[in-house]
Amino acid sequence: MATPTSALIGKTDVFAAMAEDPAVIALAELATDAKFDRNELTITVARESIVAACEAVKAAGYNFFEDVTAVDWYPQEPRFQLSYHILSHSLKQRVRLRVLLDSSDASIPSITSVWPSANFYEREVFDLFGIDFPGHPRLTRIMMPENWRGHPLRKDYPVEGYR
Amino acid sequence: MAPVVAPDRITPGVEDVVADAKLHGTMGTGEHSMVLNMGPQHPSTHGVLRVVIELDGEIVVALAPDIGYLHTGIEKTCEAKFYQQVVPLTDRIDYLCPMTNNLAYCLAVEKLLGLEIPERAQLLRVLLNEITRIQSHLVWLGTHAMDIGALTMFLYCWREREATLRIFEAVSGQRMMTSYFRIGGLALEPPKGFFETIQTFLDAMPAHIDQYEGLLTGNPIWMGRLKGVGAISAADAIALGVTGPPLRASGVDWDLRRDMPYSGYERFKFNVPVSKDGDVWARYKVRMLEMRESVKICQQAMGMLDGKPGPIVADAPKIVLPNREKMKTEMEALIHHFKIVTEGFAVPAGEVYQAVESPRGEMGYYVVSDGTAKPYRVHMRNPSFATLQALETMCKGRLIADVVAVIGSIDIVLGEIDR
Repeated sequence: MATPTSALIGKTDVFAAMAEDPAVIALAELATDAKFDRNELTITVARESIVAACEAVKAAGYNFFEDVTAVDWYPQEPRFQLSYHILSHSLKQRVRLRVLLDSSDASIPSITSVWPSANFYEREVFDLFGIDFPGHPRLTRIMMPENWRGHPLRKDYPVEGYR
Repeated sequence: MAPVVAPDRITPGVEDVVADAKLHGTMGTGEHSMVLNMGPQHPSTHGVLRVVIELDGEIVVALAPDIGYLHTGIEKTCEAKFYQQVVPLTDRIDYLCPMTNNLAYCLAVEKLLGLEIPERAQLLRVLLNEITRIQSHLVWLGTHAMDIGALTMFLYCWREREATLRIFEAVSGQRMMTSYFRIGGLALEPPKGFFETIQTFLDAMPAHIDQYEGLLTGNPIWMGRLKGVGAISAADAIALGVTGPPLRASGVDWDLRRDMPYSGYERFKFNVPVSKDGDVWARYKVRMLEMRESVKICQQAMGMLDGKPGPIVADAPKIVLPNREKMKTEMEALIHHFKIVTEGFAVPAGEVYQAVESPRGEMGYYVVSDGTAKPYRVHMRNPSFATLQALETMCKGRLIADVVAVIGSIDIVLGEIDR
């Protein structure tokens, strides 16, 4: 499989240069944007299609869910970026799925139906960023106490906490 | 002065304990079941893990881990520090393998920067990482055996662990929070006599492992407590995010050091121990073999290093601090030093995920840069956090006494779970 040597930005460039990549083939329909930077493939998908995208990459051989986390780009909109890291044991490579969320509606379908291991990670993002995951079996705080106010990893959260 | 108001409740009440058990949908066993709270202060939870267990007699019907007691907001703290100032924070995540944390973080930032690390620094990093792995497995073995009742093991393991801690102390000045790796290389040249100390340790280690195995492997009590306990299938292990020795013990032949090499691991020859059984016994065997493989990797690294001099930092004066002699004689070096210390160094915008094989599994660092001198976001993917999700699958239908054996066998470190 041909691996590009320099960074590629944009769906057209990435999909043209990496046409044989299993993740690229699997997400040809669902991808809205793509990036290949520092040897890491990032594919952006819409919020509605995250479960379908996970199922597609899983079928393409990306069998192991590693991680989901968020980045808060406050005060920009769309404010939240979710990064899903998915690894393939057989292909020995990983793909990053990226979803952008507006602050007015920070929620995204849970992918625990595809990978049960996303359970704790989604709870962590819910707890620390305040992003909702409809479809999660039990979305409660995981790190902070139940009665905590605010979501500490948001950029507008005061470092010393609310008083 | 207003009187101090007592909080509504300090620990979750009984109703929460029951709710936690209900979470797994197995509360239907009726009047015979009992909900038991284990931890957070319990010696065999290896830290401050709280586990809510629903029991039918002595049989576990449901189990829910409750974490967060050690949450210190390290990810938030990272956002307020310069890139180089994050290194000491990474030590404190998984305090049993500081060097592995350092390596994962440094590799991630080096990937963002596009830095080339000199060969000697890479070899030293591998050497120290493998000694860290031995050290971490010794702590696991000592405490796991102690949980099960073999107290002697703890003393033997601590004897060898002392030797590894002395190695860390010699090289970094610290026994546990080493902070020895730097973005771009290593902090200091290893001291005189360093390699001789390591050689002595490595030469003695296989005989020590034989001794541990002599005490445990054929021991009927040890076998009785471990064999067939806490089994998990390969499919379940993958679905629940298990990595590292527990995954390999379930028959998945996957090791990041071999399959996605970093820091020059592709140059080393070693076996990846795999077992099919997936029980506590298999995890014990896999880790014991891993220690032997680590000794082999260390021996190879010693051979490649062979006492040869060479640079231990990348040639990047704007990122790596100059050495003290240069700083005292060259104006430019002094300026670089001043700028790095006061302003840090800007890292090109981008995002990277760098995973390494820690003693507990896949440790990944996700670093996002916005082009300034401070990381915009640092996220740690820690092996124990994911492995803990598999605890219920491993314990269900077994005796409550086996829960202790299973927790010991997945080798959790609460520092990295709660961060």
